[in-house]
Amino acid sequence: MLRRRLNRWLGRDERRVDSRSICVGHRSSSNNEAFIPPKFCDNRIVSSKYTVWNFLPKNLFEQFRRIANFYFLIIFLVQVIVDTPTSPVTSGLPLFFVITVTAIKQGYEDWLRHKADNEVNKYPVTVLEQGRRVRKESEKIKVGDVLEVDEDETFPCDLILLQSSRDDDTCFVTTASLDGESNHKTHYTVPDTEKDLESLNATIECEQPQPDLYKFVGRMHIYKTDQEPAVRSLGPENLLLKGSTLKNTQTICGVAIYTGMETKMALNYQGKSQKRSAVEKSINAFLLVYLCILVSKALVCTTLKYVWQNKPGQDEPWYNEKTQREKDTNLYLKMFTDFLSFMVLFNFIIPVSMYVTVEMQKFLGSFFITWDKDFFDPEIKEGALVNTSDLNEELGQVEYVFTDKTGTLTQNNMEFIECCIDGFQYKYQDAGTDLDGFCVTDGPVNKVQHKAGREKEELFLRALCLCHTVQVKESPEQGQGQGQRDGLMDQVDGLGADGLGTDGEGLHPPPQEQRGFIASSPDEVALVKGAMRYGFTFLGFESKTMKILTRDNDVERYELLHVLNFDPVRRRMSVIVRSKSGDTLLFCKGADSSIFPRVRQEEVERIRMNVERNATEGYRTLCVAYKYLNAEEYAQADAGLREARLALQDREEKLMAVYNQVETGMSLIGATAVEDRLQEEAAETMEALQGAGMKVWVLTGDKMETAKSTCYACRLFQRNTELLELTVRTLEDGGRRREERLHELLLEYYKKAVQDAPPVKAGVTRAWSSANHDYGFIIDGATLSMVLNSSSESNSSRYKNLFLQICQNCTSVLCCRMAPLQKAQIVKMVKNSKGSPITLSIGDGANDVSMILEAHVGIGIKGKEGRQAVRNSDYAIPKLKHLKKLLLAHGHLYYVRIAHLVQYFFYKNLCFILPQFLYQFFCGYSQQPLYDAAYLTMYNICFTSMPILAYSLLEQHICMEVLLDNATLYRGIAKNGMLQWGPFFYWTLLGVFHGLLFFFGVRYLFGNPALQDNGQVFGNWSYGTIVFTVLVFTVTLKLALDTRHWTWINHFVIWGSLAFYVFFSFFWGGIIWPFLKQQRLYFVFANMLSSVSAWLVIILLILLSLLPEILLVVFRKPRGPHTGQMKPVHSSAGGHQSPRSSARPLLMRTFSDESNTVI
Amino acid sequence: MVKEEKEIANRPDNTAFTQQRLPAWQPMLSAGIVIPGFVLIGLAFIGIGVALFVTSRSITVLEIDYTGIEKDSPCYKCSDSDAKNCVCNLVFSIDSLFEGPVFFYYGLSNYFQNYRKYAASRDDEQLSGDLDAFTAPSDSCSPYNYNSNDKPIVPCGAIANSMFNDTFVLYRVVNGAKQLVPLDGKGIAWWTDYNVKFRNPSVTPLKNAFNNTVKPIFWPKPAYQLDTSDPANNGFINQDFLVWMRRAALPDFRKLYRRITDGDYAKGLPAGNYSLTIAYNYPVVSFDGRKKVVFSNVSWMGGKNEFLGIAYLVVGSLCVLMSMVMLIVYAKFKFPEED
Repeated sequence: MLRRRLNRWLGRDERRVDSRSICVGHRSSSNNEAFIPPKFCDNRIVSSKYTVWNFLPKNLFEQFRRIANFYFLIIFLVQVIVDTPTSPVTSGLPLFFVITVTAIKQGYEDWLRHKADNEVNKYPVTVLEQGRRVRKESEKIKVGDVLEVDEDETFPCDLILLQSSRDDDTCFVTTASLDGESNHKTHYTVPDTEKDLESLNATIECEQPQPDLYKFVGRMHIYKTDQEPAVRSLGPENLLLKGSTLKNTQTICGVAIYTGMETKMALNYQGKSQKRSAVEKSINAFLLVYLCILVSKALVCTTLKYVWQNKPGQDEPWYNEKTQREKDTNLYLKMFTDFLSFMVLFNFIIPVSMYVTVEMQKFLGSFFITWDKDFFDPEIKEGALVNTSDLNEELGQVEYVFTDKTGTLTQNNMEFIECCIDGFQYKYQDAGTDLDGFCVTDGPVNKVQHKAGREKEELFLRALCLCHTVQVKESPEQGQGQGQRDGLMDQVDGLGADGLGTDGEGLHPPPQEQRGFIASSPDEVALVKGAMRYGFTFLGFESKTMKILTRDNDVERYELLHVLNFDPVRRRMSVIVRSKSGDTLLFCKGADSSIFPRVRQEEVERIRMNVERNATEGYRTLCVAYKYLNAEEYAQADAGLREARLALQDREEKLMAVYNQVETGMSLIGATAVEDRLQEEAAETMEALQGAGMKVWVLTGDKMETAKSTCYACRLFQRNTELLELTVRTLEDGGRRREERLHELLLEYYKKAVQDAPPVKAGVTRAWSSANHDYGFIIDGATLSMVLNSSSESNSSRYKNLFLQICQNCTSVLCCRMAPLQKAQIVKMVKNSKGSPITLSIGDGANDVSMILEAHVGIGIKGKEGRQAVRNSDYAIPKLKHLKKLLLAHGHLYYVRIAHLVQYFFYKNLCFILPQFLYQFFCGYSQQPLYDAAYLTMYNICFTSMPILAYSLLEQHICMEVLLDNATLYRGIAKNGMLQWGPFFYWTLLGVFHGLLFFFGVRYLFGNPALQDNGQVFGNWSYGTIVFTVLVFTVTLKLALDTRHWTWINHFVIWGSLAFYVFFSFFWGGIIWPFLKQQRLYFVFANMLSSVSAWLVIILLILLSLLPEILLVVFRKPRGPHTGQMKPVHSSAGGHQSPRSSARPLLMRTFSDESNTVI
Repeated sequence: MVKEEKEIANRPDNTAFTQQRLPAWQPMLSAGIVIPGFVLIGLAFIGIGVALFVTSRSITVLEIDYTGIEKDSPCYKCSDSDAKNCVCNLVFSIDSLFEGPVFFYYGLSNYFQNYRKYAASRDDEQLSGDLDAFTAPSDSCSPYNYNSNDKPIVPCGAIANSMFNDTFVLYRVVNGAKQLVPLDGKGIAWWTDYNVKFRNPSVTPLKNAFNNTVKPIFWPKPAYQLDTSDPANNGFINQDFLVWMRRAALPDFRKLYRRITDGDYAKGLPAGNYSLTIAYNYPVVSFDGRKKVVFSNVSWMGGKNEFLGIAYLVVGSLCVLMSMVMLIVYAKFKFPEED
């Protein structure tokens, strides 16, 4: 950790020297004598934290940095140093236990890391040195080494690809272990490098290592004898990352540029920032209270001790003289040590074991999520994943749900539905009625069956076939043979999509129906497949040539000149190809908003109608345009692109400028519509969440129309929901300045939603005002940034405030056209708003990562857009529908369990220590412990720990089905309800009551200590043992009373602990223990049991302590939905939130042009 | 095939435990159970309470303070700390038969046997007869481990040192003549203390074990001479010593001194006048303490203790009362979930 951080710092320092220079193969360029090879770190990966030597000190240091452990250490040290009432063992043993267990766990984990490191570091690699192949251990690789990597091997460090065994100078790579995307990505060799690597004399100049996996800029200088050095640009497409695997390529050679801890993988290897749950904050607050109680108890005792001692004869009665040393000690020092002694005596009020139990509960409890078979998705064959167990209970506290749309609310399983060419609508129909496989339906656009010209059709289909980054999946042994590709499946990020088999019929030519396509975005595959249906099949790349099979069974070849990659800002991508005939063409596809301004306007109207109709029907629409480039234009574009790609600084900006320049003046050919279905049970899930009082915000990068229809389809907006729109469109309505209009609208909405709304009662009816007016709020990215970054400082905070208040009074909020960062901004804003509500973000794509990290709880969907969201999430589930059970059942139960656990722990330690405190008043404030050391130590470890642990793992105060049927139950625990000061006060009071009862009950019994029928008397250890027995039984039975769900495990641990206590007491008191200095408890317990009075007082006190509890349970029962078991009859009332919504006729399918990153 | 296996490996186990569907008993504390339960418990408690109360009432206790603070007290002269070997005579009368067996306790108040330093000031190894501990008493005994001449004190420590050393002789006064009432000092300490926990070193005669050691400063006689009449009642297994070593829980306590079980007095102390001769050795005035003697008989519940009976009666009636209240509430409002 330290090392990594150090590296990071060093890295940062180095970055000031902007770039590093590397000599390929360590052959320094001849013209540069003064070149001193810079020192780079070796290729050792160190993910382990410790070595054998530093394990003990370092681990201990780390452990004692935790404030709780440190506190216990201090207590222990005080016990060792100062003469204290309890032996250091009583607190040392538990502490030792906790520390040892943690150390063993961490040691084991580190050992595993060492093993993994070794495996990586000792892995044999092939290095080319002076023409020879040398086998080396991976850790010996130095920057500048030229390595050879074979197929299916993992790259040992970050390499620049120099040579590939493939003809087209490419290689395929999967980065599954880096970002989880298992699609094959194409990487390119550096152009113009010599085939003979031995004679290659080149230096690479590249930026210093940085963690972004997708960014890399560099430059390669190739020195050739008798020639000017050539300069080639290097980009991410030339960089092979450590951790990724070579695929479909026999062997490659590359030069190491980043090694060891400087590789991008190592730089990315870091824990996420720790999220802390609200429960943990409550625990800390309660701890503080208890710490205050502890200190004040110690202060009170110390003060009273000295007041009492001032009375004559009390300080040093003749029977208890002080030692000389005690007499000599300074009074104030004595006071201080007395204070410390009291602290030690009462320190059990804050038990070590609580932390252990809480951790265990969280750790073990999280297994129930992984184990839940309802979360298992047969399609991806995976269940839920728990990345952190710290937040289990937070799942029961969610107030705001931020959800992504694409892939989360919708399936991201794209299907080509229709297209529109030149204003004519084409809808594919299965039956091959039309010979062309084309069929024109009579849409609203053209009543007469018209078709666009064949030329236009073919141009459009060619565009679809060419303008993409899809690859055809090759099976390794069959190579390039087309006919042999049958049976391959599509592959989108490793998920075998099996859609193709069904839509294959009617294709020409039939033998190639099944074809595997690989792309990182499902839209592209859908489009290519769509084109295939209409007879244009993309056959794949052959070096830089794209082959397509036309309707007439001709194979056409196009030379791919440039790919203008997709990015979310431009929202479009283009390719520049050169056809056989020598024409240079640019094909561009993208969102309507980004295409329309760049085409000739007269074409737009015809297609716009289609696009808008498709959008309202909820399809994802893309527009396709093209343009011919004449030689001059191309030369200019080509030069611009090359130059921009070579730039070391601001490459992105420069590229963007060139792209924008090239992609103008195009002609629109048509538009496509792709369907993205709603996730299973999306509507039911959303409804349940709203029923549970959560506010659902949809944050999407999508268009407003499509997003809105998704919201309707998911029943986030109901028909009677009044929509408050704050978008660019509404801002421009008034024809006034946007700023003014924004101000006006905000105030108007505020008045509507906040001021005029009837005061909503907090808690029970919160957000559930179906009878009243529902408001939905819509805002788009541009307007949001206006709200957040208003020109004047004062307005900004005011707008933000207004905006928040409006949103908080709306049932759902839709934010469309959001950039990923804006999503996080919104989450952050809500998170930090008044009352700091608990937020949850759910998403499936890389663009959701920022909001997943920002929210209190981040949930990733194991969707199709790679695994980045899953990796960064706290919990990952396969489908959106699982969110309902995760929150309503698991979350609710976890919260109730841990809240009870925490309260119970404080309670049981309060009534444990209170009698000991009270005893001080009867023993001359001498810190005499009431209980024996064994009891003090074992109370929290053995006697009372297991029942509460079992309870906190198994309790279901309401069974899961009822929780799921009755979303409203979730509100009962909202706002950390069980850990507020109220309940805490109640539990504290209960603890005080019990403590007083135990102590004084026995105190009055001991008014006459002759408790045996033979007249013998009981001493102080009998007193303590009686109190302790009552304590253990009461505390355990109190838990038994609270347990609503008695499994055999509960029975076993509850009765088992009590039996164990009795057994232990007999055993402990039954033997003269040779290692004990004082046999205090010898036969005390057995003697106690021989006294009838002791039995009677124990029974009496237990019953009396529990009496109020029982009464409370009985009286509280009829009220409040969550106190008892709900009968199904009862529950149906709550689940009926929406007869009207289920009757909704319109189940709109909704889609968007929110496309994904394409590499 | 591989795919299938993978699926099986990934699919969560469908067991009751992993799915949180273990069969469970879900107790309902409904009024239907609680009301009769309360009535039953209440009645049982009242029953026990009555039994306890009656028993406690039947126990006779006679307590006499003999500290001698008051001028008219017969022990007034002895309460002066300068008085040595002071003996005082306490005369009292019993109206009716004091039913036996009668237990004779001495009581001290404002005496902190539970003081921490005091409580720790003993050496259990010494007391279990370990001769090594005779020569080197534990530090915990300090300042009662070595005398001023650096000789080890046996038994060491504050508790042993401060052993109660008033002695009592009880006479029955019949027609002016004093008749000795025999006191039984056997079995007043815990059986396990006498037989297991405390051991004399296995040296005969016992006196030799104590060579090179000194008696506790406060003691008039060394440990092996505690009971001159019974050689088996000496050293660490002297019953009075054992009783003293079992420290009291509270600053006001009583400890068993003797039992009156022998001969004519097995039935109890007959009505009449008695005289208690006290060898007043134990100073308590300096720390504002009090000394008393207590005669009491015991029952199955031990000594007289009104608290337990009353508490049972109160809790019992509380239970019954609560069940009444619940019944009224139940009748009036009809708990909804009761069918």
